[in-house]
Amino acid sequence: MSEYVFDGHTISDGCVEGEVLVSRDDIMFYLINPENGVVLEKGHSLEGKSISGKILVFPGGKGSSVVQADGLYQLLMHSNAPKAMIIQNPETVLVASAIIMEIPMVDKLKAPFYQMIKDGDSLRVDATRGVVTKI
Amino acid sequence: MQLTQEQEEILQGNQGLGASIAMKIQVKIGESFDAKRMVPITRAHVALSAQEADVWFAEKLLNAGARCKVPPTVNPGFCLAYFKNAGKVSDADAELMQRTHNAYKSLGAILSYNCTPYLQTNVPRFGEITAFSESSATPFINSVWGARSNREGANSALCAAITGLVPEYGLLLDENRLGDVLVEVQADMRSDFEYQLLGYMGKKIGKGIPVFTGLPRRITPEALMNLGAQLNTSGAYGMYHIEGVTPEAPTLDAAFGGQEPARRVIITEDDLQKILEEISEPGERKIDFAMFGCPHLSLSQVQTIAGLVDTKVLKAEMWILTSSYTKDLAIKMGIADVIERAGGHIVEDTCPDQPCWNHLNGQFGVTDSPKCAYYPKRRGINFIIRSLEECVQAALIGEVGR
Repeated sequence: MSEYVFDGHTISDGCVEGEVLVSRDDIMFYLINPENGVVLEKGHSLEGKSISGKILVFPGGKGSSVVQADGLYQLLMHSNAPKAMIIQNPETVLVASAIIMEIPMVDKLKAPFYQMIKDGDSLRVDATRGVVTKI
Repeated sequence: MQLTQEQEEILQGNQGLGASIAMKIQVKIGESFDAKRMVPITRAHVALSAQEADVWFAEKLLNAGARCKVPPTVNPGFCLAYFKNAGKVSDADAELMQRTHNAYKSLGAILSYNCTPYLQTNVPRFGEITAFSESSATPFINSVWGARSNREGANSALCAAITGLVPEYGLLLDENRLGDVLVEVQADMRSDFEYQLLGYMGKKIGKGIPVFTGLPRRITPEALMNLGAQLNTSGAYGMYHIEGVTPEAPTLDAAFGGQEPARRVIITEDDLQKILEEISEPGERKIDFAMFGCPHLSLSQVQTIAGLVDTKVLKAEMWILTSSYTKDLAIKMGIADVIERAGGHIVEDTCPDQPCWNHLNGQFGVTDSPKCAYYPKRRGINFIIRSLEECVQAALIGEVGR
């Protein structure tokens, strides 16, 4: 099996391996059940799926500053936070929360990454170096 | 990022571990947005929430010895004295609010417990660099006052208050403050209420900095407060412009920096009616209560309510949420008497999205704010959204019309 290496840009440090879950929609962590990581938001592309322990690939965050941070914190306290996050549209609220809660995060991955990656793929995210590898 | 010697020393811990933690977080945030340097701030506002993540982070910085270099004003949680005495909160919720209070007090914050600091207590000048979190506050200070802040999170704004610095990126830079989307308003903006609905058009307006045209030249501070609050409930906006009204948009050309808008959007009367139907529970029913104050009501709005209530008696409960100093004024001016005699309550330091309202689970209320209707939904509280005047009428007769 050959490995594919993609260059990105560091937001929050750390290096982890895990399984990919792709969201088409922006994510508000407040509308995810902290007990099991299942997305509760009606009509969301991940509705009913669990983000617990996943490498979460999504466009960006949404919702008020307060609820986003608390949503991620509750997931972390229940050991159901994503292992790493790969985003396209960074904004201060989500970026600050990832850094403070020490969840690896990268952005600026180019089109070939998004064309190749699908749910269930195994990835190594070396956020410290800004490199994502399909394994 | 290039740090000055003093900034490097804060990072290394020469001003204590707490300041060093805050600085490390801010440098990481700056690097992720390719900021080149840190710049000093003169004001900050922290969207305190008394939620667990809020208390955890404030206590973490406090226990590491942090103190605020630039004392920030803070958002409301709930008024401990009022709700504890009324037996409306659990011991656990009361303890969380008490710990929040203690932590922010020790950090040296200004305990204003109010989400509209930009009207009274924390008003920046044009061009002033600040760190404001709170969804209605960031757009107000950027758009209406022409001050500068990114759309900070509560946590990043607290870090800024501690170090007295922010990374320079985004809305702090001239080139990022220009408009992207031309929003032509054809709807009749009769009262402050229409601005609540215009703000809720985030889905149609889309991403970017909106430039509104077709609005009246004279717009009340309350209407602008409503507009910003609702823009950030239906979407995410750090700034907007209004042609001929806000200081960085004397003309459309100035607002767009001489460029063509990336998109054009038209908002009609019909759009506002449709969004109201979509987000409000259906009318023509009995109501249990009226709630105002998301964002906190101004003195002038409290006066309007008192004028409508006059000597009548309310059939439904009424809660008016505002700052402690607006409440003080209302007491001095006899307005509070009018409202209390009618059976209403003016409550200070309190937000609608707090556990003190869990007792309203399953009930139906009226409010003039879509944001007030949106967040408490997860507590099982239902809202019919109407203008302030219609809401007061509904509370007087205990039912709301179509």
